[in-house]
Parts: sequence; C-alpha cells; structure tokens
Amino acid sequence: MLEIKNIDVFYGDVQVVFDVAFEVKKGEVVALIGANGAGKSTTLKTISGILRPRNGEIVFDGITINKIEPYKLIEKGLALCPEARRLFVEMTVEENLDMGSLKGEAKKLREKTKEMVFDFFPRLKERRRQLAGTLSGGEQQMVAIGRGLMSLPKLLMFDEPSLGLAPILVREIFDIIRKIREEGTTVLIVEQNTKQSLSIADRAYVMETGKIALQGTGRELLNDEHVKKAYLGV
Amino acid sequence: MTSVQIEVFLQTLIAGLLLGGLYALIGLGMTLIMGVMKIINLAHGELMMVGMYIAYWMFVLFNIDPYLSVFIATPALFFLGIAIQKFLVNPVLKVESILPENQVILTVGIGMVLANLATVFFKSDYRSTPVAYATNAFYLSDFWETSPIELSLSVPWTVSFVFAVVITITLWFFLAKTDTGKSIRATAQDLEAAFLMGVNVKLMRVITFGIGAGLVGAAGCLFLPIYYLFPSLGGQFTLIAFVITILGGLGSTIGAIIGGLVLGVFESMTATYIGMGWAPVGRFVIFVVCLIFLPGGVASLLKRKKFGK
Repeated sequence: MLEIKNIDVFYGDVQVVFDVAFEVKKGEVVALIGANGAGKSTTLKTISGILRPRNGEIVFDGITINKIEPYKLIEKGLALCPEARRLFVEMTVEENLDMGSLKGEAKKLREKTKEMVFDFFPRLKERRRQLAGTLSGGEQQMVAIGRGLMSLPKLLMFDEPSLGLAPILVREIFDIIRKIREEGTTVLIVEQNTKQSLSIADRAYVMETGKIALQGTGRELLNDEHVKKAYLGV
Repeated sequence: MTSVQIEVFLQTLIAGLLLGGLYALIGLGMTLIMGVMKIINLAHGELMMVGMYIAYWMFVLFNIDPYLSVFIATPALFFLGIAIQKFLVNPVLKVESILPENQVILTVGIGMVLANLATVFFKSDYRSTPVAYATNAFYLSDFWETSPIELSLSVPWTVSFVFAVVITITLWFFLAKTDTGKSIRATAQDLEAAFLMGVNVKLMRVITFGIGAGLVGAAGCLFLPIYYLFPSLGGQFTLIAFVITILGGLGSTIGAIIGGLVLGVFESMTATYIGMGWAPVGRFVIFVVCLIFLPGGVASLLKRKKFGK
C-alpha cells in the first residue's frame, strides 16, 4: 500500500534521512521506532508532503505521491495524526472534526463518520461544543485521532501519539490504535515508546542516525538483543 | 450633571459607537489578513481609498448612491486583493531574503503606488458626494415627544453603521459556518495542521487577502457619504486599522470589533471634551497604553476567560 523507495531527505544542506526504504502492506500495523533525532518524524513528514525527498520515491496506492500537491494526499486516503496533536485550539471539538473531512467522499459522509467517531470516543460527544484548547491532553489526542479518522483514511499515520500522556492514557491510545486496525485501516506508527509499539506492530523498522538499522516482526524485535539493550533498557 | 451635560455625553457616545462600527469593519479586514498571512497589510487604507473612488465615480457618472456601490466596490476590491496577493505578495513570499518581513515592505510600496496613481488620475482635489440625505437626522423628540433630553442621529451615519453591522454578521456567518471559513480560521491557527487536513493554504491566502480588501472597500463606500475624499487619505486609515488590530489582539476578529468600537468612542470623547484636533492624539495615547499594559490586546483578555489561563 505504501512504499518508500530509497529516500534522502535534507534540512537545507544537512542530510537527516539516508537511503531509507520500507513498505507498509494493506491491513498491517507497522511501527517505525528509534531514539530522539533518528529521523523518524522527518521520514513521516516527508511521506505527508511537508518535506520533499531530494532523491527516491514514495508510492501510495500506485501513485507517486512526492510529485503531487501535498494537500491533496488526504483525499487519496493518506492521513497523519501529527506530533503534539496540532489541534485548532480556538475551534470547537466538532469544528476540528469537520476539518478532517473537507474533501470528496469524506465530506459527503461527514455526519455519519462523526457519529462513528463519537461512538469511538463517547467523551468527545459530551464535549463537542467545547474549544479544543480547553481539553486535557488525552482528550486532545482523541480529537486528533478522530480528526484523522474523519477523512476515511486507507492508511492512518501516527507521529508520537503517546508523547506527553500519562501511562494509563498511553495504554488507552494504543488500544484505540489496535481497534482502528481491526476496523480495516492500515496503520503506520512512529514512536519512542518502543515496548508498546512493538507489541501492537505486525512488523517494525528501527531507525538509527537516519538509516534503517533493523527490521523484523514486532515479536522478533522485542526479543532482539540490540533492541533490548538500546531501547527497552533490559 | 445637568441635562445639557448628559445630552452632550450621550450624543458623543452615540457618535463614537457609529464611528466605531465603521472602524471595526476596517480593522476586520486587516486582522483577517494578519491572522492568515502573519503580516500587516500597510496598503489597507489605500485599498479603502480605491473603494471610495469607485463609489465616488459611480455617483458622479451614473448617479449610483454610495450605499449601492457597496455591491460594486466590494467585489472589485475582492478581485484587486486577489490579484495583489497572487501576483505580488506570493512571489515575494518565495524569495529567501535578509529581511523576513519583505511582504510588509511590499505592501507599503503597493500603498504608495495606489495613492500616487489616484493623484495622477484624479488630481489631489478634495471631493465628496452631495447626497440628498447628507444632513438629515432622526431626532429623539420625533419618537418621544415629552423626552426630557434631545438626541439626534444623523441619517447617513446610521445607515453606514447598519451596513457595517450587516456586513460583519455576514462575515461571522461565513467564518463560523462554511468549510471555506473554517479553513481560513484553521490556517490562521496552525498552518501546517491545516495543510495536513487538505487545506489548500496558498488558495486560502489569496481568498483571505481578497476578503480583507473587499471589507475595507465596503468601508470606503460607507465612509463616502459622511467624509470627504482625496488621494492620500489612505495612510491615515492604515494607521487607524493598525491601532485597531493591535488593540484587538493581532488576528482576532472579535478583538477587532471591540477594538474598533473602543477606538471610535475614545476618539469621539477626545474630540468633544478636549478638542477636535486632539482626536488623533487620543488614538495614539490609547495605542501606546495598550502596548504597555495590554500587549496581547482584547483577544488576550478573551482568551484568559475562555481557557482559564
């Protein structure tokens, strides 16, 4: 479904992603893990079109997406829940959800999808008229995920969804991601929370200093000596 | 207070609110552009001047009432704004330069060009539209014969104010209820997130500049029956819009409305109690006081209430 073909990404003259290649197949949960500064978020930003690769190609659903206008990606079924949530804080919860469904099919089915999102997160239904900036961190993350779901994505990408959340909320967020996958959405997740993400991932890639260092199934990597030592603190 | 003093005070307050309504409309255009583009449009007053000339020539050539010209000047200025953003501001946005505020300087240049073109084509004469109702007024005693005090309401001022209110409500409806309006607000709040949601940010910039210009063009038509017109009047209104934008809190629409009303009342009060010529001084006193004691403007007060911070 998503193929990253040997991309190089630069910030100005500084290269941060080197020859990265991986793929996400339909129906999978794939995790991209690694330490702070390894280039995970940069890779995700490149997939979502905020950054452009200098070399290489990104193919989603048969389309080379690094060639099309990036704001059109969401219509093609590729959505991102950005790092730090990036909600529209001075808009209500409901308006934030509306923002996820501006185009095409998603716009037509807006009210129906919204009900589905509210079934998923009953707490958001109670707070639908509240300003997003007044919500707690966990609730804000729910709005961010809900906003992503509103676009009826084929592939939903998460950038550090557990960042800054209390442990109990982290577990809740990962449960939600698992549920989203069960509903048939493919998931690509970028995380520093290695243990949680490896335990829900079918496959995972470990990034180190801008390169893919290791890959395997979630279970394999959980038992890998290097991963254990470097990321799980065992 | 004697009844005469009360009369003067109320009359001043009314005049201030009527002026403030028009000011709010001017400020709204600038604050919208500020919110989305993060730049101050220093050609704002000049765009208003263009709107006023359109209304003026419509009146002189075709005898179209300035109030009807709102429906001509607003779309004309909307398209002028779009053209400015698309062909002048956007290319400058792309250029990497030493000065990050290149676009602001560009708007100064646009303002100068507009003002000087107007001087070339229309001469620097002061002009006004001699509308039939220019000096008509409503009197309180017409409605309430035994009223202890007498107040008057100038017809053109009142009509202009009502127009300004209707336009403001329409704008609110557009921003709050339509997808395009929501996209504009989203772009102002978090450009990158809006972009990720599939908002065509470039298009939103263009539309916003168009709307901002259209609003100030409408304000120009509303000012024409109660003011006079000359090519270099823009600078003064750019400053007024700037003060309102600061007073309201950069980029806040509600802030701009409140800021416009506050400024209108304040100027009107200075004019009555200190002297006609002191109104601009009052404007800058309130500007400086706001910068020192309330740097976030009215919006920061509203935010504190909404978010409990």
